[in-house]
Amino acid sequence: MLAVERVGKTYPNGVHALDGVSFSVGPGEIVAIVGGSGCGKSTLLRAISGLDTPSQGRVLLDGTAVTSPHEKIGIIFQEPRLLPWLTVAGNVGFGLEGRPRRERGERVADALARVGLTDKANMWPRELSGGQAQRVAIARALVPRPEVLLLDEPFSALDAFTRIDLQDHLLDLWADLRPTLILVTHDVDEAIVLADRIMVMRPRPGRIFEEIEADLPRPRDRQSAAFDFVKRRVLAALDRSVERAKRIDDSETKADAGAALWW
Amino acid sequence: MTLVHMSVAIEPASVEQKRPKTAFARFARPALGLVLPVALAILWELAVRAGFSDGRLVPPPSRIYAEFAELARSGELLRHVVATLLRVAVGFGFGTVVGTVLGAIAGYSTLVRRLIDPSLQGLRAVPSIAWIPLFILWLGIFETSKVALIAVGVFFPIYLGVLGAVMSVDRKIVEVGRVFRLSGTQMVRRILLPAVLPSYVVALRSGLGLGWMFVIAAEFMGASEGLGYLLIDGQQLGKPTEIVAAILAFAVLGKTTDWMIVGVTAPFLRWEDRFNARAGES
Repeated sequence: MLAVERVGKTYPNGVHALDGVSFSVGPGEIVAIVGGSGCGKSTLLRAISGLDTPSQGRVLLDGTAVTSPHEKIGIIFQEPRLLPWLTVAGNVGFGLEGRPRRERGERVADALARVGLTDKANMWPRELSGGQAQRVAIARALVPRPEVLLLDEPFSALDAFTRIDLQDHLLDLWADLRPTLILVTHDVDEAIVLADRIMVMRPRPGRIFEEIEADLPRPRDRQSAAFDFVKRRVLAALDRSVERAKRIDDSETKADAGAALWW
Repeated sequence: MTLVHMSVAIEPASVEQKRPKTAFARFARPALGLVLPVALAILWELAVRAGFSDGRLVPPPSRIYAEFAELARSGELLRHVVATLLRVAVGFGFGTVVGTVLGAIAGYSTLVRRLIDPSLQGLRAVPSIAWIPLFILWLGIFETSKVALIAVGVFFPIYLGVLGAVMSVDRKIVEVGRVFRLSGTQMVRRILLPAVLPSYVVALRSGLGLGWMFVIAAEFMGASEGLGYLLIDGQQLGKPTEIVAAILAFAVLGKTTDWMIVGVTAPFLRWEDRFNARAGES
């Protein structure tokens, strides 16, 4: 059980990126966080991962506070971030150092087989395509068997075909281990294909604007009416979130009457 | 019709061309670089033999070779080479260790960088040869001052190279290390060291080049043995063959030691995605 309690983040340069975000995610649940750019999605994910510490509030995993990267929390970034000096197998096994050589070899081989890259084990990362590299990154994050896997716009840099392929692939992998998935994305289709619950954020400061259940049967048909229905709801919520932010902006400018006359 | 004929005719020829081409690439292409110096040497040799020049100030290859053989036979060459090599080795060793340590610390810690980097950059602006009088006063005229000068020359490129390499390590890659909860030493060993290795090799190579440069300066300032001594000796006794022989020895030693650095580090750098990686080192 992962709980986010009133998490806020103000950067040293004064940017108020997050404000009072609270939610909890059960084991094996898939949650998508959507929102326009600059609404603090990545900041929130980095706070959950322990890479950044929130300015207010806290993140709890099974009751203990997460203050630094945690062994049960894995993260996949927008870029594969493979280490260029390690082979594909070396990258996948990066988090297993210190374990017996045989166990490491088996788990790496197993993970590579799951992402369908067994034949690429001895290649260098530079020899992989973008989709293959991201699959290696997924394998690397899954090998230590995390309870929570965070994904920060993991497929946004890939072409549409590869993206759909990897979304399905991710679901297969999830079905094996059933980790909690928290996915940040700006692709509404991706959110609905993957998630049980979609959280729409609104910007300045980043807050959760609306929560939408997406309890469609799996595997999900991207063409179905139910899919379309959820998609409309998410898009409408996104629309409203931006509208409201704009209105708040307006009122802020108006409130500061002298500001318009500064020149 | 004619097109088909042509393509059929061309095909076997192009297939056959492939095999000699790879052999050519292996042996003939590096040899291409030898054409110019060898041709010049032969031309000069012929010119001297034909009597166009007496070759006293610019000795022809045969005389240089004879001088070289004589130096080698008498054991003089070995004595001078060993003396020079030792100085370079010790100076390079000290310069590398200090440059690497200071560069790494200054790259890692902003505070240390702000403390020491301006002073070091200021010292770097001093031409290293300018230290010679001071080193002689401080350290005497024997080995210590020579080694110190070489070490100073080697220090700066290595310090700068390591500093720049550590500072430019990709934050995103370091973050991967943090996600996997690497400790400080693990972070250095598994992320920082491999990440800086390519630029470190470049720094070592330029440091070594400067080491060879400064060993001559050091030996010019008064030595009884070493290749630099041989140069001065040849000048004072009016023996250009000895000078050219010493220069050749420098060239061979410099290139060989550079190759050694490249050769030793190459297995660790196979992953590099370099432009022209196949064309080999220059």
